[in-house]
Parts: sequence; C-alpha cells; structure tokens
Amino acid sequence: MAARTDTPLVEMRDVSVAFGGVKAVDHVSIDLYPGEVVGLLGHNGAGKSTLIKCLSGANKMDTGEILINGEKVEIHNPRDARRYNIETIYQTLALADNLDAASNLFLGRELITATGLMDDSRMEAETRKVMGRLNANFKKFKSPVKALSGGQRQSVAIARAVYFDARILIMDEPTAALGPEETRMVAELIEELKAQGIGIFLIEHDIHSVMDLCDRASVMKNGKLVGTVNVADVTDEDILGMIILGKTPAPAS
Amino acid sequence: MATDSASDGPAARKTILKTLEFDTRLLGMIGAFVVVCLVFNVLTDGRFLTPRNIFNLTIQTVSVAIMATGMVFVIVTRHIDLSVGSLLATCSAMMAITQTQFLPALGLDFGNPLIAPIAIIVGLATGALIGALHGWLIGYLSIPAFIVTLGGLLVWRNVAWYLTSGQTIGPLDDTFQLLGGIGGTVGTTGSWIIGLLAVAAAFIAIVQARRAKIRHEFPVKPLWAEGALMAVSAALIFGFVATLNAYEIPVRVLRRSFEARGETMPQGFTEAYGVPFSVLLLIAVAVVMTLVARRTRLGRYIFATGGNPDAAELSGINTRLLTVKVFTLMGVLCALAALVASARLSFHSNDIGTLDELRVIAAAVIGGTALAGGIGTIYGAILGALIMQSLQSGMAMVGVDAPFQNIVVGSVLVIAVLVDIIYRKRTGEL
Ligand SMILES: Nc1ncnc2c1ncn2[C@@H]1O[C@H](COP(=O)(O)OP(=O)(O)O)[C@@H](O)[C@H]1O
Ligand SMILES: [Mg+2]
Repeated sequence: MAARTDTPLVEMRDVSVAFGGVKAVDHVSIDLYPGEVVGLLGHNGAGKSTLIKCLSGANKMDTGEILINGEKVEIHNPRDARRYNIETIYQTLALADNLDAASNLFLGRELITATGLMDDSRMEAETRKVMGRLNANFKKFKSPVKALSGGQRQSVAIARAVYFDARILIMDEPTAALGPEETRMVAELIEELKAQGIGIFLIEHDIHSVMDLCDRASVMKNGKLVGTVNVADVTDEDILGMIILGKTPAPAS
Repeated sequence: MATDSASDGPAARKTILKTLEFDTRLLGMIGAFVVVCLVFNVLTDGRFLTPRNIFNLTIQTVSVAIMATGMVFVIVTRHIDLSVGSLLATCSAMMAITQTQFLPALGLDFGNPLIAPIAIIVGLATGALIGALHGWLIGYLSIPAFIVTLGGLLVWRNVAWYLTSGQTIGPLDDTFQLLGGIGGTVGTTGSWIIGLLAVAAAFIAIVQARRAKIRHEFPVKPLWAEGALMAVSAALIFGFVATLNAYEIPVRVLRRSFEARGETMPQGFTEAYGVPFSVLLLIAVAVVMTLVARRTRLGRYIFATGGNPDAAELSGINTRLLTVKVFTLMGVLCALAALVASARLSFHSNDIGTLDELRVIAAAVIGGTALAGGIGTIYGAILGALIMQSLQSGMAMVGVDAPFQNIVVGSVLVIAVLVDIIYRKRTGEL
C-alpha cells in the first residue's frame, strides 16, 4: 500500500457529467496515489467510462475539478492529458483500423527524422520491442490492425499507453478481449508499472482480478459513488454487495 | 498459440507477385488501362496509340489529375468536394484578369516577365483562401462537406462569371501559356535528361528502402526481385520519354517559328516536342503529394482520421484544423489545375472546368479511394484520371455521339465502385 502522508497524484473532486437528461456522473470524487492501483467498479452504464474520460480529456465536466500533485489543472482535450503524462486504454480501444500497429502506437506522437519526415522504420522497430514484451506471439506488424484478432488489437492499445512513460494510467476494461495467458501478462504488467510508481485507475469486471491487483476500490452505481474501500479490509462479497445493492459495508473506509 | 513468423521458415510459400510486393489493385488498374488503350487502338485502326495521340492524352489529363490527388485526401477524411470545377473557374478568372487588367493598370505591360509569376501567386492565394473557407465551414461549424461544396459549386462558378462579366479573357501572357502543354515543352535532349534523372531517382529510392530494411533487420526481397523492379521502372520511364520525343513538331509550325525570328528553315529540319512542362508539374505534384501522404505527420493524420475519427481525436489530433488543411490543399491544387487548363486554352472562358467535379471524383474513386474513408493512393487517382481521359478521347475518336460518351463515363464510374466493393469484400480489406 502506498504511503498516505503525501498529496495524491490525482484528485477528481465533485465531478458531474450529464448527457441530455441523463446524469451519467453525479458529484463523484475519487483519488489516486503514486504506485497505487485503484479499481473502478460498477454495472454497465454506472458511469465509470464517462468519469475517467474527464481525466483523459475525452469528455467535458459539467462541475468539478481535477488536481494533479495537489495543483488544479485544466484538461480540455486529449492533448492536455498527454501533457500531464496521463495515458489511457479506452474501452473502445480507439485504434485507426486502416493503419498498422506502429502507426497506431505512435499516433499523434510520431518519431521524425532530421528532415522532418516520419521515421517509419524506427517506429516499427520500437513497436517490435514493446510488443515483444507485452505479447510475444504478436507478428502482424505490417497488417492494418483491422486484420488483427481482438486480443492482438487490445495488445496494441495497451502498448500505446505504456510506451510513453505514463505517470497516470487509465485502463478501461483492458482484458475484455484477452485470453487467459494474455490476461496474466497484463496482470504482471500492472504489477511492474505499479512498482515503478505509476498510479493506475483500473476498470475491471472480474472481482478476483480486482482483489488481486487493486489497493483500493471505488464503486459506482447510477452515476453516483457508492463508496471507496481498502481492498485488504473487505471481502469480495462486500464489494459485490456494493456493486449490486449500492450499500457500503460496515467498516467503511 | 504461436504460429511461426510468416517472413521465414518453410511454410512461407510465396508467389512471384508477393515476392515483388506488387499491389494487386495497381496491377488491376494498369490492366484496365491497357485493355482500354488496346481496344481503342483496334477500333481506330491504330490511331489511338500514336505518339501524337499519347501526347494529347497526357496533356488533357494533367488538370483533372492534379485535382484528383487532392480529392484523395478529401475523400480519405470522409468528406467530398463538389466545387472543384467551379473553384478552378474562379482561380482561372482571377489569374486572367490579374494579367490582362490589374497588372497593366499598375503599369506592368504585356510581355513583362513579372506578369506570369504574379498572376500565378494570385491564383494560388485565391484557391487557398476559398479552400480554407470551405474547410472552416466544414471543420469548425460542422456543416457537412456535401452541402458546403454543393453551395460552392454554384457560388464559385458565378463569382467567376461576375469577375469577368461573362466574357472570355485572352490571349493570356506568353510565359503563362508555357504551362498549357503543347505551348511549352522541354525538347528532345531535355526530355532524355529528365528521363535519366527519373530513373536514377527510382534506383536510389529502391536502394534506400532496402538499406533501411536491412538496418532494422527486417526481411528484404531477393536481389533479383529488386533488379526486376528497377528494370521495369527504367523501361516505363524511358518508354514514356521516347514516345513523347517521337511526336514531331509539324513542319508549318517550325517554319513559322523560324520566320518569326527572321531566319529560313534549313531543308529536312525536324524537331520533336518532348515532355511538356505541364506534365512535369503533374509529376512534381504527384511526388510531393505522395510524400505528404506517406512520410509526413499531416498525411498520417489524414489517413488516421479517415480510418477512425474518434481514435484520431483521442490521440490528440486536431481534426477540425486538419479539415481546414485538407480543403486548403484542395484549393491550391484547383488553382494549379486552373493554371494548366487556361494556359492550354490560351484564354479564360466562362465554362472552364465545367463538370470537372465529376471527372475528379471519378478519377479518385476509380483509382481505389474508398468513399468510406481511410484508404486511397495518389498514383491510383492519377491512373484513374488517365483511364477516364482515355475513355473519353477514345470514344470521341471512334465517333461515339456526345450523349453516349457521357452515358458511358457515368456508367463506368458506378461500375468501378461496384468492382471495388466486390474486390474489398474478397480481400477482406474494409
Ligand atoms: N456520448 C454519450 N452520449 C450520451 N450518453 C452517453 C454517452 N456516453 C455515455 N452515455 C451514458 O452515460 C451513462 C454512463 O455510461 P458509461 O460511462 O459508459 O458507463 P460504464 O462505463 O460504467 O459502463 C450511460 O447511461 C450511457 O448511456
Ligand atoms: Mg465503460
């Protein structure tokens, strides 16, 4: 567990987002410390993706503020988020299907040569390196990602988030399309990144993965925050109770 | 589980085409083009594939081909531009009145060497401004490109009319006319030099691509395949130059030019046209646009946005600004096309560029640009323009009635898209 004496890496305070009449996120506050994994749980439609998209710059907040290392920041678009070293693996993966793995990995941050042109061979070489670590079976470097399996596409999306020295990592259901072996590799990756002091928001449905990987868990229901618990202090049934019934267990954190 | 790498191992049984890394779509288009040429050559008793007709075909294609390269980017980003023909007319009108009215009024008389460059700059600026306006309306105000450019089709055609009061303006400046095609060619020797340079450039490109692959330890083609590729490119380039060099300037034209200089033409004197400046302009546009598409961030963002606009946005690409850039580029290319088209006519006319939007879109689409976005090539669009032009002039030479010509061209467009859809389904590409 991360030391709690210092200021949080990320604080989202009193965030609300409405789409038309739907209050997708309703006055929610969560935080994250360096080297910590915070699980974000809740049924489909609870508002998890909408909440973290405010941090990654993909959504605008109606109310609320974001603090990074205790300082208030303005994140209006994905470029702002990248400037604060916030990297995101979107639930939809957000890949350009017509481009290959390397083009997707470096999209928006292409490596260029001295002449100002793109350095495609270096980008491909770097992609081979990082994919070698993440998914050794990955071979289709020349194909558009459209031609890849769900798991391979997910690997590309993960590689893109971890390649660029993230300090804050948002993973929205990163293992949804992965097989058991690839899922295990992602779990190892999360442990490794955590050890490097990176803070991770992990949206995950599998309660066992949450119990294994997360330090704390924040549960949402119908756009509202049910509560945040220390995973070590509760059982998986407690967390399931929060998700299903929207009730915090007796020893609330 | 792990399958062996496809690049090595005995499992990799490759066809010759794969070894050469040839694009089957490109081969298909070249095949279609060759068939069109051969059929018309038979129907015209060999008049279609003469140096003279090939020369004319080439210079007639230039203006549409230049615009088609820009249309590739427009369609790749999931937009359309219906206004290119009208935009061409406005740019042409601006250039014409600049050289015949504005500049003479400022004291720059006919024949002044500054007239052509200033007129061209005015034309390019006009195209860029109008294109940027279209891009802003589409990107920032979220008006669909279809509507903005449908409006533009009417607006710019009539702005051109208004600027010139509906008059034909000419003759245009002599230097300006050099870019029209037959009015300005490099000559035989110059053409061979250009051919040599082109072959050298092709060789260097092939060698460098191979070196880069070796440097990063990627699999490379066998040497014989690279050699074959070099031989084919050299044969194509030299064949093209030889054809254009075989088209001789008619004796009466030569005699007139000697008389103009106060000399008499020696007996048996001959001279050929060689490569027109307008074709060099098209080649330059093709090279630059291909470079932009493949090697610059702008090109990468254009294709990424076409493939998945949301992903592009989430990757930090400013897709609104990108739309402005794409339409500005389209406007500049319309201005270049206007330059070539009006120089070829030697005057600006009211109906210049009429129906070009259809030809340009057809060229891009026949050349393999997917209307769903994200896919398209510059060389494909140029080849598409060449196929369209061959069909049109072939039919005219055979004596097909004008309405039937247009019926055929329209049908070919629809059929080409159908063939493309079937091809993509087969290959599983989009
Ligand atoms: N772009 C959008 N436009 C309208 N409604 C949206 C949009 N995105 C999400 N919503 C709605 O907001 C609510 C929360 O969705 P989401 O954040 O995706 O939930 P979760 O990720 O927890 O499954 C849902 O009711 C969803 O329909
Ligand atoms: Mg979600």
